Amino acid sequence: MFDTLSDRLSGIFTKLRGKGRLTDADIDATAREIRLALLEADVALPVVKAFITSVKDRARGAEVSQALNPAQQVIKIVHEELVAILGGENRRLQFAKQPPTVIMLAGLQGSGKTTLAGKLAGWLRGQGHQPLLVAADLQRPNAVNQLQVLGGRAGVEVFAPEPGNGVGDPVQVARASIEHARRAARDIVIVDTAGRLGIDAEMMAQAAAIRDAVDPDEVIFVIDAMVGQDAVRTAEAFRDGVGITGVVLSKLDGDARGGAALSVRQVTGQPILFASTGEKLTDFDVFHPDRMASRILGM
Amino acid sequence: LARDHLDEEVWEEIEDSLIGADVGVEATREIVDRLRERVAVLGTRTATELRTLLADELVTVLDPNLDRSLRSTRDGGTPAVLLVVGVNGAGKTTTCGKVARVLIADGRTVLLGAADTFRAAAAEQLTTWAGRVGAEVVRGPEGADPASVAFDAVQRGIEASVDTVLIDTAGRLQNKVGLMDELGKIKRVVSRHGPVDETLLVLDATTGQNGLEQARVFTEVVDVTGVVLTKLDGTAKGGIVIAVQRKLGIPVKLVGLGEGPDDLAPFDPTQFVDALLGTEPLGVDA
Ligand SMILES: Nc1nc2c(ncn2[C@@H]2O[C@H](COP(=O)(O)OP(=O)(O)OP(=O)(O)O)[C@@H](O)[C@H]2O)c(=O)[nH]1
Ligand SMILES: Nc1nc2c(ncn2[C@@H]2O[C@H](COP(=O)(O)OP(=O)(O)OP(=O)(O)O)[C@@H](O)[C@H]2O)c(=O)[nH]1
Ligand SMILES: [K+]
Ligand SMILES: [Mg+2]
Ligand SMILES: [Mg+2]
Repeated sequence: MFDTLSDRLSGIFTKLRGKGRLTDADIDATAREIRLALLEADVALPVVKAFITSVKDRARGAEVSQALNPAQQVIKIVHEELVAILGGENRRLQFAKQPPTVIMLAGLQGSGKTTLAGKLAGWLRGQGHQPLLVAADLQRPNAVNQLQVLGGRAGVEVFAPEPGNGVGDPVQVARASIEHARRAARDIVIVDTAGRLGIDAEMMAQAAAIRDAVDPDEVIFVIDAMVGQDAVRTAEAFRDGVGITGVVLSKLDGDARGGAALSVRQVTGQPILFASTGEKLTDFDVFHPDRMASRILGM
Repeated sequence: LARDHLDEEVWEEIEDSLIGADVGVEATREIVDRLRERVAVLGTRTATELRTLLADELVTVLDPNLDRSLRSTRDGGTPAVLLVVGVNGAGKTTTCGKVARVLIADGRTVLLGAADTFRAAAAEQLTTWAGRVGAEVVRGPEGADPASVAFDAVQRGIEASVDTVLIDTAGRLQNKVGLMDELGKIKRVVSRHGPVDETLLVLDATTGQNGLEQARVFTEVVDVTGVVLTKLDGTAKGGIVIAVQRKLGIPVKLVGLGEGPDDLAPFDPTQFVDALLGTEPLGVDA
């Protein structure tokens, strides 16, 4: 559909070698092409703008003008900068000193929270933990049943004292789950919550109340890799509304370029912990910033 | 305070507002180029006039004269059959419930076919919706062949002489060849009862540029006849449907505005464009 960034930049740089420095016009043209590539990958506009400013400086430097292949050199710079923002270091889950460790999931409707709850539970169980899944989405039709099925597949207990479908108080369920986890000697509690919009004040307040009830070690923001420019607004809303300690990017098995990863990372300042890569329990991986950078650039 | 000329800053603002609404670079460029031509011809001078022109241009791309009605009435003595498709979590099952609600409120009888036999508790979710809105539901055992469940649903709809059969399908990403083949098969098998009247692609308004690829591939496989744009009650603008309409000519027919049974509305291009451009004025005038 589109030329790769590499093709586009080669055009700009054909005259460069031997000429020495890039002219301002060259730099501007370069910046435009990088901007396009990022926008086509769904990186949010304000994030693109900030990013370009920092890349421009490096593109002016000797490392580009003296490179054998300036276009490749610029792409290398862009790639490096992307990896840096996406989080060069790979953080692991934070565990509580006093078990149980509490992990709360939050995000927009349909982003992949419940599926991730099942995946996390299965994965942690495989590492010798005794997780407890908590059905605190009492709103979306049959969210409780969905979690029960997934818990069954993962071989993990599901705490579901309320039937859901509008019946029961999610804050109370969340609170009671901690007591239950202590009694049943579960060392990790994973709280599934209802999907909510960033602008839904009432639902955001509910999320904050659930958080306060369970005092989580991790609040994981689950975001769909297909999301577009709204990523920034939504991430801000969840950051301010519940507080985020980590991010999971879901549906990365699709062919979306996933520029939202960059936006969310930039906005929240929190690490992307995992990639969700399918509907099965095991379709789940730690997050690789370098792969993500290549993906965003279409490499 | 009116600007007496339109400087580059105003044009950049326009571009930014379209890109920020997920209209996409290519469509944005084309729209802005056409707008520049019109501005030159008309001698437009203020940012307020420009905004009106822009809104016109966007509504034109969306083609307000398109037929956006839902083919949902019985014809030839059999129920209308609607197939609901899309990627994971877009809002298909909810949309089935909402559409059924509208039809039933209109005095029609509706049957829901639970052809998502894959996702955990998907059939239960559709059954809950059926109960809420007063529709009959046909479901198969978990893991059953979705095409045969869909076939049975239409069969039952014919026997019960309902007006409309809505078939909910499992979410699938368009790059999964096996799952897309399965969807093609569902449609073929259902078509043994007669042609499917409407194939609705459910698109989440938060979707970025991948939405165009979704529309392209789903259309290739099951010939989409209309888009339902969900989750427009959030902050996302859903501008990708402009690119979809422009490239593929598939009209948006309905919009989803919440999680409740009544949160569905017909798509209105003018309203959509107004919301997309927001209330903030362009430039400094107004
Ligand atoms: N292909 C793919 N599908 C996924 C992934 N994660 C979740 N899904 C699917 O996406 C859909 C929504 O997932 P859920 O886990 O129900 O999402 P949720 O955030 O809990 O949704 P709500 O509770 O309704 O807000 C389901 O069809 C899942 O099977 C993923 O990584 N890849
Ligand atoms: N705010 C809002 N939420 C919606 C809308 N439509 C659906 N949802 C929510 O989005 C989530 C996913 O909706 P579903 O109907 O289960 O989506 P689906 O496409 O059937 O999902 P899968 O079958 O898992 O692929 C649920 O939490 C719905 O309540 C809408 O228009 N607005
Ligand atoms: K018919
Ligand atoms: Mg859920
Ligand atoms: Mg569904």
